[in-house]
Amino acid sequence: MASGITAMILAGGQGTRLGVLTEDIAKPAVPFGGKYRIIDFTLSNCVNSGIFRVGVLTQYKPHLLNAHIGIGRPWDLDRMGGGVTILQPYTYETGNIWFRGTADAIYENFYFIEKSDPKYVLILSGDHIYAMDYMDMLNYHVSKHAFATCACMNVPLAETSRFGIMVTDLQQRIVEFQEKPLNAKSTLASLGIYIFNWDYLKTLLKHDATKNDSTHDFGNDIIPEMVKNDADFYAYEFEGYWRDVGTLPSYWEANMELIQPLPPLSLYNPSWKFYTRTKERPPAFFGPEAVVLDSLVSEGTEIAGVAEKSVIFQSVTIEKGASVKNSVVLTGSVIEEGAEICNAIVAENAIIGKGVRVGNKVFAPNREDPKVYNSLITTIGYNAKVPDNTTIGSNCVIHSGVSKADFDKEVYESGESVWKKEQQTDHT
Amino acid sequence: MKVLGLIFAGARGESLGLLTTKRASAGMPVAGKYRAIDFTLSNMIASNITRVGVLTQYNPRSLIDHLGSGKEWDLDRKHGGLMLLQPYMDIHSSYWYRGTADAIHQNMTFLRRSEEDYVLITSGDHIYNFNYSELFNYHFAKGSDITFMYKSLDESYKINEYGILQVDDDNRIYSFEEKPTVPVGNKASMGVYFLNKYLLMDMLYNTVPQAEGYDFLLDVLIPNMQRLRYFGYEFSGYWRNIKKGIQEYYDVNMSLLDRKVRQELFYDGVTIHTKIKDQPPPKCTGTAYVKNSIVGDGCLISGRVLNSVVSRGVKVKAGALVENSILLQDTIVEEGSTVKYSIMDKECLVRSERRIIGRKEDILVFEKGSVI
Repeated sequence: MASGITAMILAGGQGTRLGVLTEDIAKPAVPFGGKYRIIDFTLSNCVNSGIFRVGVLTQYKPHLLNAHIGIGRPWDLDRMGGGVTILQPYTYETGNIWFRGTADAIYENFYFIEKSDPKYVLILSGDHIYAMDYMDMLNYHVSKHAFATCACMNVPLAETSRFGIMVTDLQQRIVEFQEKPLNAKSTLASLGIYIFNWDYLKTLLKHDATKNDSTHDFGNDIIPEMVKNDADFYAYEFEGYWRDVGTLPSYWEANMELIQPLPPLSLYNPSWKFYTRTKERPPAFFGPEAVVLDSLVSEGTEIAGVAEKSVIFQSVTIEKGASVKNSVVLTGSVIEEGAEICNAIVAENAIIGKGVRVGNKVFAPNREDPKVYNSLITTIGYNAKVPDNTTIGSNCVIHSGVSKADFDKEVYESGESVWKKEQQTDHT
Repeated sequence: MKVLGLIFAGARGESLGLLTTKRASAGMPVAGKYRAIDFTLSNMIASNITRVGVLTQYNPRSLIDHLGSGKEWDLDRKHGGLMLLQPYMDIHSSYWYRGTADAIHQNMTFLRRSEEDYVLITSGDHIYNFNYSELFNYHFAKGSDITFMYKSLDESYKINEYGILQVDDDNRIYSFEEKPTVPVGNKASMGVYFLNKYLLMDMLYNTVPQAEGYDFLLDVLIPNMQRLRYFGYEFSGYWRNIKKGIQEYYDVNMSLLDRKVRQELFYDGVTIHTKIKDQPPPKCTGTAYVKNSIVGDGCLISGRVLNSVVSRGVKVKAGALVENSILLQDTIVEEGSTVKYSIMDKECLVRSERRIIGRKEDILVFEKGSVI
């Protein structure tokens, strides 16, 4: 008999709006919060909710993500029955098919779910930051005798145009779905977290797979279809912390929320821990002249300079006289003597030379991709090396892997970019 | 060549006083997140030793909790792995380990059944970073029967508290004196011995049943010094034995504030592994003032922390001052309190407005769970 619940985490997205952060890795693998990666939150929510049967669907540049998840040991998902399974696109007799959409990704792994014979399937996304007990949602789903339930959150009316909006009746049954509406009829936004009765989802997916005009996506196809058919589809109102860190400003913002005196998302709750896989490193060291205020400072980091209102990841070095303010500095980066960094995201293993200035608080539209880079934040890519005494304005992009030779001048105004020389022609 | 690792972790370390009322010295927390035994265990793993026996006796609860299945050291294996060797009762006897030699003797089955031909015997409460492969190579190059590791001590050690070796020009050991009042030379045995397993078994069978003495070094090794070839391998890196006393324990922790020591212990050599606690990065709030200190994961610092080692999950609240002190896991220092020259064991609570002032030469120690 069907029993229990299987979680499926959609982790194949590129997250193009994170710019250089996702140039080489999938969005769920992007580091977050001093030592974690984004998918850790969803995975930890699963195990904290007592769900130990988890499939992770990957597609875009999955190597780092696969290595990170491994056999799931940090999350206690290395289990005899169930545990975590990484599900990648595969080939079969009639060809090979990439996951065409989120619904298709589930459909292609039909037999994975069927094998565990669950009563319910939990559909999750691997790129959100939140703490949620899925069992509360399941209890709600069961009590409503629902076929499907979608977790929703009230958002400010001004932001409704960024979300899929659910319009419900008094019993919280969803009667209308508006995808990114200009005139929303409700403020209840879908969080992309669904519980389905597996039997019901099976028929939906099979039907959807036969349709040629479908994009095979939950938001675009499955949900509207359910609403159209007047299914027993309910909204579960979630009141906790939930963030989509899909854009650079929102990624930066969510990191900054962690350093508030009473952060909306507590990483310190002993009964709701977040687990991750990290290298073994000694505790953080604060030097005799260090000034560290309102910041997170991770293991292996050595601070001789200043860190203010920043999230400093693991094994970062901030040398004497260097300062980091309002910034997110990812694992292994080095901020050399006298460098001053403000409003920046510095990706892993970047080296910021002596006396470099980053961020001048003067906004100018980014010349490369104003849709992705549209704030005061300057983004410095993985393994980038910024030569000594360079001045870089706001809203600039230093691409991953650039070397000192790729910098032609000492002063970069706001909105400019630096590429690796051999690639520059492709972009311009 | 395969090597079996044995770690003595059964001693209390009486000189650590209140810190070891509830744990063995090998289980002492060090450096903000580790336990003393992590160093020896990690050194062993790095030297390809994959079968390790840990000999416990004095209150091993925290040690057992810490080691678990050996997962963090990659010792949860089908083949080999970690084995906790505790004293046991059977129809013949119900006594404890009467000494280090007796401890190994009582676990002869473990030696006999293991496929390894060589044994590395170590102590769980020594802090150093070393890949033993070098020792193994040296042992064979010298044609040694038993190789001792030793260190030439400088003035910072109290030489008469160590076992002192004398070696000839070829590094062959010809004399040993345990804690001599007038030491000859400064070569201290590190309590690390490398030898053939069958030789070890043979020596134990010949001595322990005689019931004349049960100390591995004094009653088994020393009497055979003339008959067998003992060589010394000189270790020149950082090495400390925290069992030597409160001051030593304090100094070891404080020495980690020195970049060179951190570099040697954590970055240059083997990776030191410990039990993962999954705590978030430490957080400094807007009133924090942290200088020259080590701060472990999960800490919340709002007060002032100077020249201190603060372990995982400690809270120092606004207006509190912690100076020249060691705070172990989950200790809380409340608003306006001052803690100087003190060691606070795990889960201590310093209520607000308290003043706890030790002196450099007289470090105050507070037992686990103290409320002040």
